[in-house]
Amino acid sequence: MFEAKSLECVRDDRLLFNDLSFAVAESEVLQIEGANGSGKTSLLRILCGLRLPEAGQVLWQEESIISNREDYYASMVYIGHLPCVKGDLTVLENVRSLLDTRSLSLSNEQIEVALAKVGLASYEDVPGKALSSGQRRRILLAFIELSQAKLWILDEPLTALDVQGVTLMESMIMEHKQAGGSVVFTTHHGMQLECEMSSVQLGRRSRG
Amino acid sequence: MLKAYYHLLIRDLRLALRSRHELANPLIFFVLVVTLFPLAVTPTPDALQTMAPGVIWVSALLAVLLSLDRLFKLDYEDGSLDQLMLSPNPLMILVLAKVTAHWFLTGLPLVIIAPLLGIFMSLPAEAVIVLIYSLLLGTPVLSLVGAIGVSLTVAVNRGGVLLSLIILPLYIPILIFGANAVDVAADGLPVTGQLLFLGAVLALALSLAPLATSVALRITASR
Repeated sequence: MFEAKSLECVRDDRLLFNDLSFAVAESEVLQIEGANGSGKTSLLRILCGLRLPEAGQVLWQEESIISNREDYYASMVYIGHLPCVKGDLTVLENVRSLLDTRSLSLSNEQIEVALAKVGLASYEDVPGKALSSGQRRRILLAFIELSQAKLWILDEPLTALDVQGVTLMESMIMEHKQAGGSVVFTTHHGMQLECEMSSVQLGRRSRG
Repeated sequence: MLKAYYHLLIRDLRLALRSRHELANPLIFFVLVVTLFPLAVTPTPDALQTMAPGVIWVSALLAVLLSLDRLFKLDYEDGSLDQLMLSPNPLMILVLAKVTAHWFLTGLPLVIIAPLLGIFMSLPAEAVIVLIYSLLLGTPVLSLVGAIGVSLTVAVNRGGVLLSLIILPLYIPILIFGANAVDVAADGLPVTGQLLFLGAVLALALSLAPLATSVALRITASR
């Protein structure tokens, strides 16, 4: 359902990768591996359509994501390095404003259930600036949990998370996979997923 | 789509109301600059009336220019801008929501306080009314056109100078027609032409600026 075709990415006159092709099927979990500076974030931003590749294209349901942004964005969610949390909004308002960009109107109860799942129960009315960086990341976990997206693109989702947070992220990915969803992610931390996982190696241009 | 517009507008207004000191900055700047002129130049009513349209319009323009930086900066820095760009809703609509919020928070307060400053600068009543109209039509254009410049410079550290260089030439026609309308009204002449021009520019900016801004934001994000 999701396909990258001979992507090429150049950053500051340096070729990060070229002729990179892979596909992600339903219920597939794909890890992008590579050293620092090998272009993992650039690749994920290309897969989101935030960055344009120098060559090649990304296809969603066999259509280019650039010409079909609205359908694609309705079915994918992206988490980057930045927390997307507003210090002056409460936790509940933060989740709600993230969901609003996807035009999802959920009830407070639904959001509270998700917040409880990511370990932010009873934090609903706490302003974002009072949270630790790990708690801010957990707001994003609640957001992807509620996003109803089929494809998750996660850039270093384990950043700032504690041991329970890592376990939570792993179980969320497993659940998502079982529900037929796909995940593309990068991480430098060990993620122990008890499931089949494909990977793309950047820097060496091979596929395992 | 309208919902997305409305939600983002409300979010931005709510955020601004929670950090009020930032909110007052452009307004204080506007009032300070206008009130300093009579002290520095001359307090005679005739002289004040001659320079009032220009002084008020230039101060309003600079007040908007100074506030532009915040339009996308915070969203850019905390990653929210990426999420807006990944919205299934057209980016144009979201840009329009942010610009509307910006106008409510800077342009509108300037329009509301301007009549007081007009009277303070001994403008006749007819000219004060035209001042309100001209600012009402002109300040949204300043926000809309400004957004194009901000979206190009948001990724640049200390892009303030660059922003002014890009935006000021585009602001000049608004300044000329806005100040001229008030000037002409003070002489008791009809100002329909100037106001119609400002209205036409507003219609043009309203339809084209969000499109240009969203394209510029995509370019900024793709670096």
